[in-house]
Amino acid sequence: MAKILEVRGLHAQYGPTRVLHGIDFSVDEGGITTILGANGAGKTTTLRAVCGMVKTQGDISLGGARIEGKATESIVRLGVAHVPDGRGTFVNLSVEENLRLGAYTRSDKAEVAADFERMFGYFPRLKERFRQQAGLLSGGEQQMLAVSRALMLRPRLLLLDEPSFGLAPRIVQELFEIFRAINQQDRVSMLLVEQNAALALKLADTAYLLETGRVVISGTADAIRSDEAIRRSYLGY
Amino acid sequence: MNVLLHQVLSGLATGGIYASVALALVMIYQATHLVNFAQGELAMFSTYISWSLIQAGMPYWAAFFITVALSFALGVLIERVIVQPVENAPILSVVIVFIGLLVIMNSLAGWIFSYTIKPFPSPFPTAPLFGNSYVSSHELGSIGITLVVLLLVFAFFRFTPLGLAMRAAAQNPVSSRLVGVRVGWMLALGWGLAAAIGSIAGMMVAPTVFLEPNMMAGILLYAFAAALLGGIDSPGGAVLGGFIVGVLENVVGSLLGTELKLTVALVLIVGVLVVKPSGLFGKVHITRV
Repeated sequence: MAKILEVRGLHAQYGPTRVLHGIDFSVDEGGITTILGANGAGKTTTLRAVCGMVKTQGDISLGGARIEGKATESIVRLGVAHVPDGRGTFVNLSVEENLRLGAYTRSDKAEVAADFERMFGYFPRLKERFRQQAGLLSGGEQQMLAVSRALMLRPRLLLLDEPSFGLAPRIVQELFEIFRAINQQDRVSMLLVEQNAALALKLADTAYLLETGRVVISGTADAIRSDEAIRRSYLGY
Repeated sequence: MNVLLHQVLSGLATGGIYASVALALVMIYQATHLVNFAQGELAMFSTYISWSLIQAGMPYWAAFFITVALSFALGVLIERVIVQPVENAPILSVVIVFIGLLVIMNSLAGWIFSYTIKPFPSPFPTAPLFGNSYVSSHELGSIGITLVVLLLVFAFFRFTPLGLAMRAAAQNPVSSRLVGVRVGWMLALGWGLAAAIGSIAGMMVAPTVFLEPNMMAGILLYAFAAALLGGIDSPGGAVLGGFIVGVLENVVGSLLGTELKLTVALVLIVGVLVVKPSGLFGKVHITRV
C-alpha cells in the first residue's frame, strides 16, 4: 500500500538532550497510525519532528518527497496539519479568526465558507462562541477549536497530539467518531498520539509502541489490541 | 478661552504626529517585545528622501507616495539584513543594534544632506481654512492625514487576511507556523509598515519643526510617552495617548512656559511607569516565578 508518510532512522534532540534514537514508522495513504507510549517516550517530539519543529536526523518522506530540514510553514503548505500539544490557541483572537487562520494558505473562498459550516456541524459549540475571544473558551472548547483549525487547512495528513486531553469522556467519543468520518469521507490520513491506548487502537489501523525514544513493538492495531501480554505490560488496561 | 482652544487644536495636530510614531513603536513592540529606538531617525531619513525628490522637481504628492513606498522597502530591508540576524540574541544586544541604527541613520543624514536646517513644504494652503483664526490649514490637514493613516492601518489589521496573519505571528509564532504563516516575513512586513507610517509622520511634522538630522529626537520622546501612556502593547491606546500627550504638552507649554514642554513627556514617562506600568489600555502581565 502507498505510504503518505514514511520515516526512517529518525533522531531528534532538544539542545544536547537526545529524545528519539532512530525510529522507523509509516502512515498508509488514507490510513490512521497511532503512536503509543508513556510520558516522556518521545511521542510529542515525533510529531514535532515530522513538521520540522525540532532538529532531526534521518529521512522523512511525505507522499514520496523528502521533507526533512524544511521550514515548518513549508511543510504545512504541503498539506500537513498539526493539532499541537497544548492546543496552540491564538488566545487574543476570536474563534472566527482562529478558524480563518487555519485556512490561511487556501484561496478557495467559497470552499472555506463551506468548511466553516462543516466545523459548526462537527462542533456546534464553536458556532455559539464564534465572535468570542478564543482564550476565554473552556479547555474542551479550545481542543475542538484546535481540531477545527487544523481541518480548515484541508490537510492530506493530520497530526494529532493527544486530542482527548482535557475532554469529557462523552465528547471524546464524539471526537473520535468525527475523526473516523473525516478519515473515511475525505480520505485524510492521520498520525495519532494518544494516552488513551484503548481508544487509539480502536481507531487506528497501524500502531507503534514507543519507549524512551525507541520503537519497541509495532504491528496492526488489531494484533496489538488482542495481544494480552502487550496490553498488560505496556498499555495498562 | 480662545487661547486655550487654539492650544488644544494645535495640540491635536502635533498629537497626531506622536500618535503615528507611537503606533509605529507599538507595532514593532508587539512583534518583538522591544522598543525600536531608531524609529524617529528612520522617519527623519524618509523625510530627507522626500525633500530630495521635491528638490529634483517632483510634485509634492508624487514625492509623498514614492517616499512612503521607499520607506516601506527600507524598513523591510533593515529587518531582513540587520535585525533578523540578532533575532535570538539577548535583549541588550538587540537594543544596542537599535541604538547603533539610530546613530548611523543620524550621521548618514548629516553626511549626505548636511546639518543645515532646511525648510520643508506643506501640501496645504498657507491661508487658514474657512477664515478661522484658531488653527492653520497645515495643522488641520495633518490631523486629517493622520486620521486617514490610522484608519487604513486599523482596517488593514482588522479586515485583511495578511493583517490577521501579522497579528497572529506577533502573538503566537509557533501556532502561526503551524497554519502556514511565514512568520519571518510577517516581522519584516511589520518593520516596513512601521517605517512607512513613520515617514508620513516625518513629512507632516517637518514643515513645523524644519528639516534637520535631529528633528525627530524630541518627537520620539513624546511618542514614547504616548505609547507608554496608552499601553505599549495596545495600538488603539498608543493613538489616544498620542493625542493626549500632544494636547497636554501644548496646554502646559502655554500655561507654564514653553521651557517645560519636554518635561511633560519625561514626567509622563516616569509617572506612568510608577503608577500604572501597563498604561491605560495595556495588558497587565502576570508571571508565576
